[in-house]
Amino acid sequence: MSLGTFLIMRHELLLIAAALIVLIAEIFWNPDKKSSISLFSIILFGVITIIGFLPSPAGPLFGGMYVSSGTRLLMKNILNIGALIVFIQSVTWLKKEENSEKISEYFLLLISTLVGMNFMISAGHFLIFYIGIELATIPIAALAAYDRYKNKSAEAGIKLILTSALSSGVMLYGLSMIYGTTGTMYFSEVASLFGNTSLQILGFIFFFAGMAFKISIVPFHLWTADVYEGSPVNITSYLSVISKGAAIFILMIILFKVFPIIMGTWQKTIFVTSVLTMTIGNLFAIRQQNLKRFLAFSSISQAGYILLGLIGGNQLGMASVMYYILVYIFSNLGAFGVVTAISNATGKENIDDYNGLYQTNPKLSLIMTLALFSLAGIPPVAGFFGKFFLFTAAAQQGFYLLVLIAVLNTIISLFYYLLVVKAMFISKNENPIGSFRSDFSTRFAFGICVAGIVVTGFASVIFEAIKNLSFGV
Amino acid sequence: MDILSLFVLIPVLTITAILLLKDTRQVRLVSAFGMGLQLLMAAVLVYLYLSARHAGNIDEMLFVKDYLWFKSLNIHYAVGVDGISVAMISLTSLVVFAGIFASWEVEILKKEFFISLILLATGVFGFFISIDLFTMFMFYELAVIPMYLLIGIWGSGPKEYSAMKLTLMLMGGSALLLVGLLGIYFNSSPDKNQLTFNILEISKVVIPLPAQRMFFPLTFVGFGVLGALFPFHTWSPDGHASAPTAVSMLHAGVLMKLGGYGAFRVAIFLMPEAAHELSWIFIILTSISVIYGAFGAIAQKDLKYINAYSSVSHCGLVLFAVLMMNQTAMTGAIIQMISHGLMTALFFGLIGMVYGRTHTRMISEMGGLMKVIPFLSVCYVIAGLASLGLPGLSGFVAEMTIFVGAFQHPELFYRIVTIIIVSSIVITAVYILRVIAILLLGPTTNEHFEHLPDAKWFEKISVITLIGSVAAIGLAPFWLSTMIGTSMHPIIERILALNPF
Repeated sequence: MSLGTFLIMRHELLLIAAALIVLIAEIFWNPDKKSSISLFSIILFGVITIIGFLPSPAGPLFGGMYVSSGTRLLMKNILNIGALIVFIQSVTWLKKEENSEKISEYFLLLISTLVGMNFMISAGHFLIFYIGIELATIPIAALAAYDRYKNKSAEAGIKLILTSALSSGVMLYGLSMIYGTTGTMYFSEVASLFGNTSLQILGFIFFFAGMAFKISIVPFHLWTADVYEGSPVNITSYLSVISKGAAIFILMIILFKVFPIIMGTWQKTIFVTSVLTMTIGNLFAIRQQNLKRFLAFSSISQAGYILLGLIGGNQLGMASVMYYILVYIFSNLGAFGVVTAISNATGKENIDDYNGLYQTNPKLSLIMTLALFSLAGIPPVAGFFGKFFLFTAAAQQGFYLLVLIAVLNTIISLFYYLLVVKAMFISKNENPIGSFRSDFSTRFAFGICVAGIVVTGFASVIFEAIKNLSFGV
Repeated sequence: MDILSLFVLIPVLTITAILLLKDTRQVRLVSAFGMGLQLLMAAVLVYLYLSARHAGNIDEMLFVKDYLWFKSLNIHYAVGVDGISVAMISLTSLVVFAGIFASWEVEILKKEFFISLILLATGVFGFFISIDLFTMFMFYELAVIPMYLLIGIWGSGPKEYSAMKLTLMLMGGSALLLVGLLGIYFNSSPDKNQLTFNILEISKVVIPLPAQRMFFPLTFVGFGVLGALFPFHTWSPDGHASAPTAVSMLHAGVLMKLGGYGAFRVAIFLMPEAAHELSWIFIILTSISVIYGAFGAIAQKDLKYINAYSSVSHCGLVLFAVLMMNQTAMTGAIIQMISHGLMTALFFGLIGMVYGRTHTRMISEMGGLMKVIPFLSVCYVIAGLASLGLPGLSGFVAEMTIFVGAFQHPELFYRIVTIIIVSSIVITAVYILRVIAILLLGPTTNEHFEHLPDAKWFEKISVITLIGSVAAIGLAPFWLSTMIGTSMHPIIERILALNPF
């Protein structure tokens, strides 16, 4: 292990160090000021996020089991930004009486999932990939059950752990077939030895199904709504943005790098699952009353749109997926931020409760509108650009029919996003949610989200920088 | 800073100014000032444009500015105008200006109302100055989305239903449009190297015919939804009826013109071969729009519904004329857009003012208003006469040009359809005169109506601005038709070069 090795694994090592520091710091922390641990952790993590953007050497490690490259560093940085926003959004919630005993655990667990995701993204070997994906999942299940005295939260934790165990099983089964037919688990060697035999295709399908669980692609989405509803809001937002983003990143890398030979097969798979995911996610979202379930189904349909960037296997596609995830982080966390703020202040989570919100809390309503419009892809906010590039990427490879289905789906999604807008601006309410002022951390997180939603679209440098780091099949 | 970008910048600055205002009473003054400035800018633009043409500048587009935006996709922020867009910009600034005064007495959420209204205007202005399909599409969607809040919050009747229906249908149109635009983009360069969204550059290549057949219908229908193409017109009556006055004015007056303008500038200009090949389908649909819209207007009892159906009919005429693809008819289509934009804004403005006094829009409940509110009534008659195409007002110029042009089409089918379409004039006369007779003439049926106040000063500004323009076009049409015709020339040449018929 030379210094260069450390630098290549900078993201992971720093995160592990941070997790340990938080754990040790808690022991020596003044018990009366427990809540300031969150401030300490956020500053620590913020520094790590900034360090992540510094230039760093790239290359393989451990005989190619671990690979670092500009693209993968970018993916990690995008995830770091998202996680930072989630951390800042959680401060208010962590201050609550019932959470004061387990603040450092919250950060420890979240940071370890992030370590897992980083390993997963940097994998050059299916073993590392699998370890990463497990490390990214299991702590999340503990976090989903964070409010362990609430039945729903405990239920969410159990559901998450069981489904992810099942999906891991399915995926491992597929990987074993791939190993059986190629005799190796290295990405580069599998890619060169992969053929088109039916066992290999079957192995791929099992692998894809396992990943589909993680990304909650239809028909493997059934756990999503329940888990999202039961978990604390911050965990839900983390699940819907960061976990999903990481899984999509690694799926993209594996499709492009390991399975280019069966591109025709996975294009068909993605076509079908993408159409199903968008349509079913959207149709179910229409019926939801609870905003967390609502956003859960909306995030399922968003995954369907993101698959459009994968299907072409082109450089533009990879760029648009990464760009869209970045935009999606800001927009979805903006929407979840509003839900969190209102849930913290009043405990209300239903769309009906939001009736007349604009009268009492105009700023929150405007942020929510902005975030929802960005999710729906309405100009001039960033979501419009993100969707446009995703669709362009699919159209570049001639998938016009898929693009047509996707844009029609955005109309359905616009319908239910407008239902929330309607509730806030148009519907009358006898006793709307009272006017309240959020604390500094919440407002700070909103500031980041709004700036991200507005700036990411117009500032073409961001997209160009991402494009330069992407690659095609 | 180029002059065209100012047309986007001024509304944006106005919105910012409104946001910073503490006192809500000043909101309308600031809006009126901003949009008055915009009107002045439009006049300056017309002047600059005409003097540039007189100086012998024969470029297709003038005042072109081009900034590279997204390098890897070759997306530009590119603006430029020809006579057609200058005319449309002038129309927009007139209607917006009148719209601000027509909504002088908005009661709730003043600030938000004017912000949404001006945001809508921003989208429309941006659309007309764009020559890059990406920015054009962006501004198009930007113009549609404020409608939801404008109708949903400040509307009347089943406003939530209408707002949702309108937004979803128009966004559905833009969904089709997006696919069409992507198709154009990926066929904009024969060797696939320098793909571009720039309309002028795409017009230099010929998009392969199979691609045209696929993407022309998408693009045309996409714009057609906004242009009230049958059977996608159903958002229009509900939307207009529920919308507040200024929004109906702006929407029927300007926003629906985006459809006609886009169908002509993007769908037909860039894909003329498919347009020629498939025009018969759309000719049939637009004819249904024209005739059905007119008959629909006869059957209605609500003033706004009458005018909404009449808009369907008149906008159908625009799309019909555009599809004829010859110089006269297409020039007529543009004049019709301007003329209809002005007079329908006038109509909706007047209906709003009448409704504000009588609190009903049912014609059966009103009567004899001429004696009570003579100013508004006379203006209503003028608007009606313009709408049914009386010589001396703008409607006549537009319809005459269209019918003359359409009949020049060499094929029998098109001539027969033209004759059928001409009959819509008669139907128009029926519903216009019927309304005038019941509403304005005769005895005053309701004693509550006997002491209604006539127009206030801000209403007069709004109405006189529009009537002045309608009469100006009617009396001196050559200013307009020459400006449009000159710019139409290169477009027709390209169409004819690809479609010798």
